[in-house]
Amino acid sequence: MRFDVDIGKCVVAQGRTFDLAVRFCVDSDRLALFGPSGAGKSLTLRALAGLIRPDRGRIVIGDQVWFDRGAGIDVPTRARRVGYVFQDYALFPHRTVEQNVAAAHAHWWPSRLTRDARKAVDELLDSFAIAEVRRSYPDQLSGGQRQRTALARALATRPRLLLLDEPFAALDDTLRLRLRADLVDVQRRSRIPMVLITHDPDDLIECAESVVTLAQGHVAGDAMEAASWSTAATRMAVAATSD
Amino acid sequence: MDAAALIPLLLTLKVAAWATLLATVAGVAAGALLAKFEFTGRDVVDAILLLPMVMPPTVLGYYLLVAFGRRSALGQWLENTLGIELVFTWQGAVVAAAVVAFPLVFKAARAAFEAVDPDLERAGRTLGYTEATLFTRVTFPLAWRGIAAGAMLAFARAIGEFGATLMVAGNIPGRTQTMSIAIYEAVYAGDDALANRLVLISSVVCVVMLVAASGIIKRGRLRPQRL
Repeated sequence: MRFDVDIGKCVVAQGRTFDLAVRFCVDSDRLALFGPSGAGKSLTLRALAGLIRPDRGRIVIGDQVWFDRGAGIDVPTRARRVGYVFQDYALFPHRTVEQNVAAAHAHWWPSRLTRDARKAVDELLDSFAIAEVRRSYPDQLSGGQRQRTALARALATRPRLLLLDEPFAALDDTLRLRLRADLVDVQRRSRIPMVLITHDPDDLIECAESVVTLAQGHVAGDAMEAASWSTAATRMAVAATSD
Repeated sequence: MDAAALIPLLLTLKVAAWATLLATVAGVAAGALLAKFEFTGRDVVDAILLLPMVMPPTVLGYYLLVAFGRRSALGQWLENTLGIELVFTWQGAVVAAAVVAFPLVFKAARAAFEAVDPDLERAGRTLGYTEATLFTRVTFPLAWRGIAAGAMLAFARAIGEFGATLMVAGNIPGRTQTMSIAIYEAVYAGDDALANRLVLISSVVCVVMLVAASGIIKRGRLRPQRL
């Protein structure tokens, strides 16, 4: 999937202004936005999902224009068909695991699932190993189950693009190792392109194909392959120590 | 229970029920608007909507008389097109009680809507929800507890309404004489036995409402719903 993003947004929060001016053009199926907290990674991801509206610029994903300030194009979030995994998962606390995964099929008025939707939900519950907790509520789940439920819910929309905000931040180390591999596996099988946010270099090496590094609201350097990123990072580290 | 106590009680319940319904519909709408949209003058609107809570009920009643009386354009329009007369009628008592009770629902609803995690609404949007679906499937189910508690307080407040009701609906036994007004009249007429009965009934209703309201807030999660 080709990402052609060039956006700017000025955010004022608690009397401080933050200028986001992010520009990258990269062709990748597993893209990571990497950088320290406060670099503008989450804002960028939200702009991709249409959850915030940039002040200027354009977002072109594949052959679709999702946002173009100049042309007056702003595809609403619900029409972009993105699967979004929030940092703390944002599972609906008043719905069971099963209802969360089925949430994409819900209408404004309660109604039964169609046979096809039912089947799709059951398959997701099985493939994410959460079928046995289907009647539990999110606050009764372990961290790993919560993450898998969030992933299953996001994939239930059959998204064009999967967006993940720090998907491993809330997990302990052993779980993190396993779920990284799981995520790559899910991406390869579903062939849904994904963008993930992280500040953990290990996430890049394990999960990403390409890396865009953000710092203070800007892209630092060029987008690069995750494989060469590790050597580049090593080189920078060596350069830093030899100074 | 004798007719002297029963008639005001039934009238009060009828008036309070209608007033709560009106106040809840208006309070939820206003609460949702103010919680959702940031606009200039929001604080002023908020203050005006809360005004009935702090204003003397007689002053409020006077405003309502001026607004809905025979001589006002609004009052004439209501009478001519809808056939609703508000002065010295039980419908007038409903309007008076609804206005007085409104801030309680409005305040509770606004707080309840603001307490809903914005990420949950964002999640709904990424799942393809329209604004209507978002409200019925996410926002309202998470906020209804606070709204219900506010509505119960509004009901209790409407039952106790005295000043504005007296101004607008007057004190016509059997037609507009609610419990609070009947109590006042019973005490004034020296009928202590009747006053005692009415006071006891009012107290019980209010205590029940308060206990129920706090119970709603505290109780666990919703029953599992259909998918």
